[in-house]
Amino acid sequence: MKRTGAQIITALLERQGIETVAGIPGGCNLPLYDALRDSPIHHVLARHEQGAGFIAQGMARATGKAAVCLATSGPGATNLLTAIADAKLDSVPIIAITGQVPASMIGTDAFQEVDTYGLTLPITKHNFIVRNIEELLEVVPEAFHIALSGRPGPVAIDVPKDMQTQTLDITEWPEPGKADAFPPCDPEAIRQLADRIHRAKKPVLYIGGGIIASGASEDLAAFARKNGIPVACTLSGLGAFPANDPLYLGMLGMHGAQYTNLLLDEADLILAFGVRFDDRATGRVVEFCKHADIIHVDIDPSEISKIKPANLAIVGDVGNVLRSVMPMLHDNERSEWRGRIMELKDRFPLRFPVPQDPLHPMNFLQQLSMRTEPGTIITTDVGQHQMWVAQAYPFQRPRTLLTSGGLGTMGFGLPAAIGAALARPGIRAVCVSGDGSILMNLQELATLAELNLDVTVFIMNNHHLGLVRQQQELFYGQRYFATQFGADPDFARIAEGFGLRAWDLGEETDPMETVARTLNQPGPCVINVPVHQTENVLPMVPPGKANREMIIGELTYA
Amino acid sequence: MPKPVIELLVNNHAGVMSHITGLFARRAFNIDGILCGPVGDGNTSRMFLLVDEDERIPQVIKQLEKLHDVINVRERNDYDRTIFHRLHEFVESE
Ligand SMILES: Cc1ncc(C[n+]2csc(CCOP(=O)(O)OP(=O)(O)O)c2C)c(N)n1
Repeated sequence: MKRTGAQIITALLERQGIETVAGIPGGCNLPLYDALRDSPIHHVLARHEQGAGFIAQGMARATGKAAVCLATSGPGATNLLTAIADAKLDSVPIIAITGQVPASMIGTDAFQEVDTYGLTLPITKHNFIVRNIEELLEVVPEAFHIALSGRPGPVAIDVPKDMQTQTLDITEWPEPGKADAFPPCDPEAIRQLADRIHRAKKPVLYIGGGIIASGASEDLAAFARKNGIPVACTLSGLGAFPANDPLYLGMLGMHGAQYTNLLLDEADLILAFGVRFDDRATGRVVEFCKHADIIHVDIDPSEISKIKPANLAIVGDVGNVLRSVMPMLHDNERSEWRGRIMELKDRFPLRFPVPQDPLHPMNFLQQLSMRTEPGTIITTDVGQHQMWVAQAYPFQRPRTLLTSGGLGTMGFGLPAAIGAALARPGIRAVCVSGDGSILMNLQELATLAELNLDVTVFIMNNHHLGLVRQQQELFYGQRYFATQFGADPDFARIAEGFGLRAWDLGEETDPMETVARTLNQPGPCVINVPVHQTENVLPMVPPGKANREMIIGELTYA
Repeated sequence: MPKPVIELLVNNHAGVMSHITGLFARRAFNIDGILCGPVGDGNTSRMFLLVDEDERIPQVIKQLEKLHDVINVRERNDYDRTIFHRLHEFVESE
């Protein structure tokens, strides 16, 4: 049967099991949109291509499956770039399919022509430009194979318009692309791993997004509990280990609790599992875990010894490694080390503000966490509110925190929440945003209103670009500039203008009652949360300093 | 100490060269000379990159190995570099 390139793409996406795609049409992807009209795939019309990219990311991050976003050539493609780069740094499997001017016009500065291939090259795991229609049959499944195999990541496919309209006789479809199976672990390395753990007196697990990508949370919990090893998480690792477990140390690094960073400093063995020694986690690298041997397990060989030389390195799937070492692992209470942990935790805890202060975001987020259903997916934007979520919201399960860790992209939260709610029907997605960030993809409130999804948006409103203001206060001699907002948008009224239910907690007599009530009502809503204007996220490791040199602050803590 | 040569076997299609040179540029790593030509039936090319001695070479090789169109990478120090000398003579001549 003869099919157009566009029909081939939709058929291949269907065969991949894709049910929902997000995008915006335009001249050079119109044939694809024409074919989508006849496809069972649900198309979500975003209001900005960056929104479409982050909706796809929300779907992918909430499920671990690859998700697809679409854009036209030129400005459509350039608008997608931020979301693609974000997916690269956080290893998220998305497939971006862009229209391109017809092959014969490439290189002529045609209307809406931009070198999408060149632009996406450094921000994707791999990218393709389709040069003849037969290639589609190879490229589309291969894109999924690449996005999902090993360390996941984004793949871009640029499809000239004439490749979408030409026809091809299809007699046989290619197999859908899927993740490669992992090779088994080297038994000798596993033996060494067990041996080093047994010899260690003060081991700490330093874990990250790799645990979540590998689906290894339960293996991690069994491993940590069997040998009494405490667990510190990176931002991307939050949720990989339950926050209510006595072995949980919270987040490490720049905004980690003081005791967590001090314990890492005392450790004699660091089990760095599914992490990449990001500078926000390590602080000054030469000082990081100075007294410890480092065992690094990661799926990506190029991460091994990239930042910090490992004493033992295992390249492989971290879930595989955890399961392989389990039978060799001794039961251990580690009462001495655990005692030391309790002692440091008592002396240098993560400090909360006085509970009577309703305007402090940490209090609000803690209160919020008591009112959300287990399994609720939290997305954040970027700034102080993001760090307060990481500190104060106790994540119990993997894939319940979706946050832009590597690129730190303001504007991530709302579209990611839409994507999460699309991919996980029946589960509420809660976006915790700031009054700066929310404006960066505000237009997606229209998408949200149209889809009527179970998404709640909290805008932590401090009238500032809070995290930047904090840096000006602490590191630029309080020379504030361009971080205070002169205008004061009425977010509740704006949301109502989009057709959404909205509240302003500043006007509510019992704000938390309002929060609880709205969380139980189906459908979307937006809530403005007035918070202190000049609060700082503490503790904080100044950039370039060792993690033990934290600024603790002199605020009025309980 | 002669300069190291990185030898690559790559899929021979447009775009491969930019993936490789892009990787070097992105990681602030200099290439002093490039030699490249198709091998066998022309589906693959062999590439020789003359680079500066640098402790990051193992990291660059690992990054190169991750590129989808790179089939094989190795560092060669046993190679006859005179070809690069002739190359430099050629580019220096008016
Ligand atoms: C797209 C983008 N531009 C700029 C920045 C730099 N930046 C980091 S945090 C921040 C302030 C965020 O303000 P807001 O969303 O109100 O959150 P708050 O820190 O006040 O909680 C800025 C501008 C960024 N991370 N992303």
